[in-house]
Amino acid sequence: MNAPANDRTDDHISDSANDVAHRAPSNLDLDAPATPYLDSNELIINMGPQHPATHGVLRVILKLDGEKVLGTECVIGYLHRGVEKIGENRTYTMFNPYVDRMDYVAAVSNGLGYCEAVEKLMNVEAPARAKYIRVIMTELNRIASHQLWLGTHALDIGAMTPLFYTFRDREEILKIFEKYCGARLTTHAFRIGGCQYETYAGFEKEVKNFLTYVAPKIDEYEELLTTNRIWLERTKNVGVISGADCIALGVTGPVLRASGVQWDLRKAQPYAAYSEFDFEIPVGTNGDTYDRYLVRMAEMRQSLRIIEQAVNGIPEGPIMAKVPKVIKPPVGEIYHSIEAPKGELGYFIVSDGTTQPYRLRVRPPSFVNLQALDRMVRGLLVADVIAVIGTIDIVLGEVDR
Amino acid sequence: MNPGMNPGMVRDMAPVATPFFFYLLAGLAVAGGVLVITRRNAVHSALALIVTLLAVAGLYLMLYAPFVAGIQIIVYAGGIMVLFLFVIMLVNIERSSKDRRFNRMWPVGLGAACALLALFVSAFVKGKALFPDRMMSLPESSNTQQIATMLYGEGGKMGPYTFAFEIASLLLLVAILGAVIMTKKKI
Amino acid sequence: MPNFIMSYLDSSVRGTPGEAGSQFWALIYVFIIFTGVSVAVMAMNWLERKALAHFQIRLGPMRVGPHGLLQPIADAIKLMLKEDIIPAEADQFAFWVAPMIGLLAAFAVYTVIPFGPSQAVSDMNIGILFMLGVSSLGVLGIVVAGWASNSHYPLIGALRSSAQMVSYEVAMGLAVVSAILMTSLNASGTGTLSMIGIVRAQQEQGVWFIFKFFPLGLIAFVIFAIAMVAETNRAPFDMAEAESELTAGYHTEYSGLRWSLFMLAEYAAMIAVSSIAVTLWLGGWMRPFPNLLNAPAWDFIFSFFPALTFFGLAAIAIVGVARMSSHSFFRIQRVGLAVFAAVLGFIAVLLLVIAVGGRSVDANVAAGSAARFREGIDDVYWFVLKVAVFMYLFIWYRATWPRYRFDQLMRVGWKVLLPISLGVLVVTAIVGVIVS
Repeated sequence: MNAPANDRTDDHISDSANDVAHRAPSNLDLDAPATPYLDSNELIINMGPQHPATHGVLRVILKLDGEKVLGTECVIGYLHRGVEKIGENRTYTMFNPYVDRMDYVAAVSNGLGYCEAVEKLMNVEAPARAKYIRVIMTELNRIASHQLWLGTHALDIGAMTPLFYTFRDREEILKIFEKYCGARLTTHAFRIGGCQYETYAGFEKEVKNFLTYVAPKIDEYEELLTTNRIWLERTKNVGVISGADCIALGVTGPVLRASGVQWDLRKAQPYAAYSEFDFEIPVGTNGDTYDRYLVRMAEMRQSLRIIEQAVNGIPEGPIMAKVPKVIKPPVGEIYHSIEAPKGELGYFIVSDGTTQPYRLRVRPPSFVNLQALDRMVRGLLVADVIAVIGTIDIVLGEVDR
Repeated sequence: MNPGMNPGMVRDMAPVATPFFFYLLAGLAVAGGVLVITRRNAVHSALALIVTLLAVAGLYLMLYAPFVAGIQIIVYAGGIMVLFLFVIMLVNIERSSKDRRFNRMWPVGLGAACALLALFVSAFVKGKALFPDRMMSLPESSNTQQIATMLYGEGGKMGPYTFAFEIASLLLLVAILGAVIMTKKKI
Repeated sequence: MPNFIMSYLDSSVRGTPGEAGSQFWALIYVFIIFTGVSVAVMAMNWLERKALAHFQIRLGPMRVGPHGLLQPIADAIKLMLKEDIIPAEADQFAFWVAPMIGLLAAFAVYTVIPFGPSQAVSDMNIGILFMLGVSSLGVLGIVVAGWASNSHYPLIGALRSSAQMVSYEVAMGLAVVSAILMTSLNASGTGTLSMIGIVRAQQEQGVWFIFKFFPLGLIAFVIFAIAMVAETNRAPFDMAEAESELTAGYHTEYSGLRWSLFMLAEYAAMIAVSSIAVTLWLGGWMRPFPNLLNAPAWDFIFSFFPALTFFGLAAIAIVGVARMSSHSFFRIQRVGLAVFAAVLGFIAVLLLVIAVGGRSVDANVAAGSAARFREGIDDVYWFVLKVAVFMYLFIWYRATWPRYRFDQLMRVGWKVLLPISLGVLVVTAIVGVIVS
């Protein structure tokens, strides 16, 4: 049976059966046999790339027994732009704007990871003032990313109002970004060696205003959802994954922390100025969707704490270290990772001494976390798959690069 | 008789255009019945059956039995026909709609229907004395009460059908339990 | 014809038009109610968009007509002008008839809804039974719609919707029965199934059934309130028609006017079940505190409420006019809103005149026809106000809560609501026997 030329979702049986047959079994331990033939009870359903709830162009093939999910298969690549290959043909400075486009929701973190990786490769350290500015911007971006996550996740589960509240409050962060570096979403905020832009006049005041503005708003989001019986029923014990499974799969970020593993790169391998701040790592117990929700809400509050400490003590000094105009790192390779809002974002850069990297590999947190989807949705109903995709917090730009 | 001039409580409905409505409802019922057996598409048959049932409910209303009419709508049209439609839609019947297998038996069917008709006619003719020859004036407002008395009894005593009613409800409970047990994969 | 009109305004006639044997008035009533419900559905559409928007810190429709007041009309025209797409493999007859069934079921319920002691199209003495039965016919419309689309996602969605509606009908019915039980605690000792009779029973017993045998009436009311939200497939029970789910609902393949018929049926069903709740538990057309605040002075004060409401609405509209920008682009909107405010003010003045002119100072004097007219207006007003509160609640629920997963929804219907309503029924019966 030939696969049809176009990817029509209603012709799913022949199409996906073919796909499944040609794909090597990639799941950890599939209880059901990995045959491409349909049992009389089994149904293969395609949640196609165009779907209101898959947060981007993600295609999920579900193998169902009635309503229960037996297994899933994620088909990605619809947003692949060849970023890593592009990186081999750009200079280090020229590649800096490209990293924003990967996780476009948390662009500042991407920039931080890349700049720090190149700085480490060149054995250059950003000055203290630049580090503080970087921390403030990154934590603001963490809050913005979590707010967007909360809005879309709640919308998938059916609560349509928190979306508007979180986006409204996210606007304040984006205003600060716009005033700082001129862009709201793809900020390109940092440079290799520090920051290019000095903080604008009134930056500290505005950030402090934002802190007082947003703290009661986070309480408002919690008031709408945390003790709501319907929210509890939709999220408790849905998508449970144990800490050991998380570590085995390489899952990081709030997903790992909600399963009970206290691992946060800001504390474990401190970078930028994080070692100077006092904050906690929220950890969950069950590893279900509700715990991931609580962990992210607590992370937002911890970010507020970090920003407050940072903005109260920005040191004076230069914002840019002494880096040559043309960046030519010495031959070598480096892997540097940071704690992005979605997990461990790593950059592996191999330099051959020229102005362009030999190989630039990005370890995106969403890509690795998405592999846990199959493990999480076994035995759940179809409506839960959407909730679980939302709770892993993926951004397809990062998954596909 | 214009009962509209009495102040106060709820009264019976004055009959309006009785022959017209009788022929309309009866015609609808018969037409619905004919459509049930002549349509190829099972869903169309079910819809025609709904029309028949609603027409019969209307006929009950004309016989001053509003409770029975209401129950007919709720139970038959709203419950049993929904069940029929569920079954029709969940079972693949497209094949059988193109099947002409049963149409070869139509002489037998016609013969059986004629025999049944002869039975009805003979029963009506022979038992003419049993049927009232004028319309009974049943007080409409007490239809519900009378049925309740028959089913549940009055003044502390059991009515004529109380025991049967309870047995029937036990039967229904057994049927529900059986359905639940048969569809669950594990108990 | 003047005889019919005079016979209706005659104060000694105290029955619904159907009872009074006046077919003309019954037909006029049907027409009035049909128009009224259609207007109410359009108003509900507007209110939903505006209220939902304001819950979500946005404004909603603002451009089509002042503050979006003409938006429902624009939507209706757009839907009528859309191309009527019928899937090629669809069952043509069933495709066409499904919205009709839903609409018929939703609108037929309005024959028994009582707006006043003699204001219903017909006061059947099985009124509540009729309402329950006809609203269960709406399930058929959904099932046939899902089938007729000939595509298995709408079919699954339709079967789910109908399974949900059927499950919650059981709890609804039991809650209704416990309210009916309370009507039998009358002086005459017999209960009634007729809608007007139920409100009269509340009047005679001097208490709204929601407060009777506290908390039994309240629990029954709450069960009904939850079940009616599930019955009409509204949030938080709208899994079967939500956009972000895999099965997109029974009206996926319907476009244009046919889809709008489904929406019309849904809103009409919402208003209908709210009317049942109001009639059974909230005293129907009676004003608040009919027995506690019994003096004619209180009657007088409460009779001004309709006029006050419309004055309030007119005042809101005038404030809206004042706050609108005075740029020349906005002139037509300002003028439109001012006209609307003027219309509301005119209605308010009219109601004020009726309220003042129709009062009878001495409670013993038999009510003249002007007083009867005023009472009629008041009855309709209180009824509509209570139903409007329920409509607002529907929108509030939709804005606030996430939706239940389908199996959780069925679990709530069968394992939570049904046992509680059975319990309430039994306890109400026991208490009723003990009390009487």
